[in-house]
Amino acid sequence: MNSSMPVGKATPNEPILRAEGLTKAYENGAIPVLHGVSLEVYPQQTVALCGPSGCGKSTLLHLLGGLDSPDSGEIVVRGQPLRPGRMVQTMLRHHVGFVFQLHNLLPDLTLTENCLIPTVAAGVPRAEAMERLHQLADRTGLSHRLQQRIQKLSGGERQRTALCRALMNRPSILLADEPTGALDEATSRQIFALLLELVDREGITLVMATHDRALAARCDRLLEMHDGKMMDSAGSGARTAG
Amino acid sequence: MIFLRLILTNLSRHRIRTAISVAGIAFAVAAMLTVVTILQGAVGMFSSLLSADSQIVVFERNVADLFFSSVPQSAIDAIPTWTLVEHANPVLFGIVASPTQPIITCFGVTATDTRLTRATWVAGSDAAFRTAGQGAGGSNGADSVVLGERAAEFLHAQLHSTIALGNGHFTVDGILRTRNGFEDGGVFMPLATAQRFFHKQGIASVVTVKLRHASDAAAFKARMQREFPTLIALEDQEFNNTYSQFKILKATAWAVGLAGVLMGGLGVANTMIMSVFTRIREIAILRVNGFSPIQLTALILGEAAVVSFTGSVVGLGTGALAVMVLKSVPMLHGYVDATMSPGLLLAVAVLAIGTGIAGALYPAAYAMRVRPVEALRFE
Ligand SMILES: Nc1ncnc2c1ncn2[C@@H]1O[C@H](COP(=O)(O)OP(=O)(O)O)[C@@H](O)[C@H]1O
Ligand SMILES: [Mg+2]
Repeated sequence: MNSSMPVGKATPNEPILRAEGLTKAYENGAIPVLHGVSLEVYPQQTVALCGPSGCGKSTLLHLLGGLDSPDSGEIVVRGQPLRPGRMVQTMLRHHVGFVFQLHNLLPDLTLTENCLIPTVAAGVPRAEAMERLHQLADRTGLSHRLQQRIQKLSGGERQRTALCRALMNRPSILLADEPTGALDEATSRQIFALLLELVDREGITLVMATHDRALAARCDRLLEMHDGKMMDSAGSGARTAG
Repeated sequence: MIFLRLILTNLSRHRIRTAISVAGIAFAVAAMLTVVTILQGAVGMFSSLLSADSQIVVFERNVADLFFSSVPQSAIDAIPTWTLVEHANPVLFGIVASPTQPIITCFGVTATDTRLTRATWVAGSDAAFRTAGQGAGGSNGADSVVLGERAAEFLHAQLHSTIALGNGHFTVDGILRTRNGFEDGGVFMPLATAQRFFHKQGIASVVTVKLRHASDAAAFKARMQREFPTLIALEDQEFNNTYSQFKILKATAWAVGLAGVLMGGLGVANTMIMSVFTRIREIAILRVNGFSPIQLTALILGEAAVVSFTGSVVGLGTGALAVMVLKSVPMLHGYVDATMSPGLLLAVAVLAIGTGIAGALYPAAYAMRVRPVEALRFE
């Protein structure tokens, strides 16, 4: 890939997400995790990030989504260099959705209330938010559970709820960190199929950390990580939006 | 909507904790309301004692307490003759003990004093005051006094009883009822009797003055300054604002109340700190979902506001009830002011809610510093 590509508004031929030489260490440098990671992700691609536990997948996703800052290196999202503060705020509200291994829902609130949180943060009008929620609930088979508290939902339903919440504000990028890692085999397949269907239908770019090879194989690209480095860039070519 | 749900959900998650901090604010507010109301009542009573049908108080310059003020006979005689003046009444204050009561307030007054002329006579009359000056006694030769209704009660005196006050014996010539708690618990003597009894011949503590035209106050004060430079004349409002005893009382009331409210506020602060510390994960989730630091602050302050608002409402209710109960206690009759001004209620509530919210500032600042990544790493 040509990393001297001009910075500007993302077009299908420009990466929607680009990282250049990211390094990150925890505990004041005592625990080095990322050693110069670079990647480019094109619009509407689905990218699997594979590698053994502890190799730095979660750390990388957090940096890409602005939840944490790299020690060095640069991240460019939709043509804009990522800066902490207001820009991250805007990004989390409008452009990037997160799904984690643990659903990270608020257990005392209902499914609806949980899903409305990002819309409240972004100031989306209530009616519009509800319309979007019904649409997503319909697609994820949760329509009959809308008023249910999270506590009463099954593991699969919770993860589907987390998926709905991540997509409420129509992000262009979804960062998923082992989204099915806490589920049993069968549920895991279901949720993953649903995930792929949704990102495909809405034209969302997906970056997903996983160590499930079978799931990874169904993505457009597979990035292999080991000890905080990208192993090879096989299959890293741009994909035509489909 | 979700905002409110987040606030209420969190409060109801820890009902006991929430109830305790609501109770803390409620107690503080109730205590403040009660203390301030009672002391304001006492101050109001004392000043109405002075200003009964008058608008200016004359007393000795630079005395800390009116009991130590001496207005000389020359002033007592001169002031009523000034054309500006409609009427002027000298009053001598004194304190005595009876065998059963350590402190009884005495008022040495003249027959024309409105304290007497406006009171409801429960028994007897003011005859003793009309013949005063001659030291005329009652039936058994003792000096005559008139008792306030409550004083008659606690001295177990009836009309024509003889009572012991200090080293003297007095005949009860009348019992009167006034709306003022101090007066009702006081002993009225003819001025001359009081002067003799307290060894203050020719002296009054104050002269209360009613002017023909309220607008003449400045002229009156100027003439006082010219003719009696050792005395000072203050309009009632001025007096209320400057009299040091009132200032001490008011300051005490507010200090006690403030201390209470501050403690209530610390209770809220404590609750909010607990609330934030046990909710790091939730805060992280909100951050990842786009909540700004300002929105988070609003959430935490909102929670404190709900707690302290609820506490204030409960406290105002409880305080009002306490004041009503106190008012109905016979011992305190007339001492507790009936009215709680809306201004006071508002001041107390605003103070309590303000303190509660201030108590949430640190927890809010802490919440803003929560780093989502670290908070979400662990289950
Ligand atoms: N906040 C942190 N503080 C200290 N060490 C951390 C922190 N986050 C991650 N690590 C360490 O960094 C390494 C990479 O972690 P992570 O990115 O979660 O890997 P993966 O998601 O690939 O399993 C691990 O050794 C982990 O213990
Ligand atoms: Mg991980």
